[in-house]
Amino acid sequence: MKQEAAAKQIAPSASLRETWFSFLSQTLTIAGKDLRAEWRTKEALNASLAFSTVILVLFSFALDPNPEMLQEFSGGLLWLVFLFAGALVLNRSFAREMQNDCLDALLASPVPPAGLFLGKTLANYALLMTLEFLCLAEFGLLFNVRWLGAVGPLMLVMALGTWALTVVGTMFSALTVNLRLREVMLPVLVYPMMVPPMMAAMILTTDLLAGNALAGNMLWVRVLVGFDVIFTLLGVSLIDTVLVG
Amino acid sequence: MNALEIDAVWKYFGDFPALRDIGFKVTPGSVVALLGRNGAGKTTLLRILAGLAKPSKGSVKIHGSDVREEATRRRIGVLGHGISLYDELTATENLVLFGKLYGLDDAEKRAHQWLERTGLERVRDGLVREFSRGMRQRLAVARTFLHDPEVLLFDEPFTSLDDRAIAVLQSLITDAQSRGCTIVMSTHQLREAIELATHIALIRKGQLAYAGERRQEMLDDPAWLYRTFESESAS
Repeated sequence: MKQEAAAKQIAPSASLRETWFSFLSQTLTIAGKDLRAEWRTKEALNASLAFSTVILVLFSFALDPNPEMLQEFSGGLLWLVFLFAGALVLNRSFAREMQNDCLDALLASPVPPAGLFLGKTLANYALLMTLEFLCLAEFGLLFNVRWLGAVGPLMLVMALGTWALTVVGTMFSALTVNLRLREVMLPVLVYPMMVPPMMAAMILTTDLLAGNALAGNMLWVRVLVGFDVIFTLLGVSLIDTVLVG
Repeated sequence: MNALEIDAVWKYFGDFPALRDIGFKVTPGSVVALLGRNGAGKTTLLRILAGLAKPSKGSVKIHGSDVREEATRRRIGVLGHGISLYDELTATENLVLFGKLYGLDDAEKRAHQWLERTGLERVRDGLVREFSRGMRQRLAVARTFLHDPEVLLFDEPFTSLDDRAIAVLQSLITDAQSRGCTIVMSTHQLREAIELATHIALIRKGQLAYAGERRQEMLDDPAWLYRTFESESAS
């Protein structure tokens, strides 16, 4: 009897564990597929890297990088580059699925829409973080900024700010996938939504590059964390309606 | 229990009703030919059956469950207009990907079996973008059957297939029929569809003009169906 009761108790948790494992496995499969496809073509990464390099080089000519000025614009410049170059990566996310009607096969499969969304978000996140590291290195060289001293807090801000951009961008990439002018519509829809997290990320980055500690700006860190949590939950819960109607 | 239950399904695109009060039941093991002229609503109905679109009104059940449930989707195989394969991945990678998404433990083994069955074993490591049209179509057929679905939904499956792909698909459909799978296929190839089907559903301008067993008159003269039921529903 005791064994039976114990088995009954274990069964639901085992089933729940299996469900989570299956969800995680499907999510990672989707992310892996997107990264593999991008690795083979490099179309989004090459375009966004070239674009961000051009912006950084042009700004290095346009602005006189004296230390005082740098303190004013470093965060803003970096995050604007991330935002513009990121749109190129995010635009490809669901557009890739339209080729050969692949989205239909994914939606007809047992992958939960939330898993599909998170898988794509993870792949975009990995691509954007790679892009941002490369941009940061270019930024350091072109503007003579030593950011290695604040590398830990800077990574935290980049991780939080990039997740905000990725989660909102992936959601709107799904929303605009059937539009003919999706390349234009995605930035038009995403940029206004990104005002709060971008403000936070810009202020935090500028302060960190000026040598200040993160501890004095915890309000902006909380803004980033709050935005990330709210928009991840919104994305996960709305993606089925966005994709299937 | 019915394999498919379509109950009073309506689908609006804006104000336009693409499907109007469609309802019929399909018993397990049936082969249903979904017929109708261009724009009648066949693809819209198939997309609803596959869970790719939601009906505006009404409901669809597959083996008694909602089509958007994960467990139900594991039982369905869909072959639509597109091949639904990734050009940047190899044939094996494509099949393993879908095998994993369907939760198959032996996804790689199953992928190799299906590549062999569809005559693509030789090019298993080739990128899909380098494949000929016929090879891509055979790979799409392999993807559809990979997880042994109980319900198969085909949207004009024979259109633009080459001879070899048609032969592969026909043998797989016959095999699926013998295993008791339920098949719903929309097609314009009237004679072939009627010969293969056990049941016929004819849609005219979004409405069901006929749903029932295949009759001898249909086999004798496939055009009889359109002559009889399209004119009846029109009047």
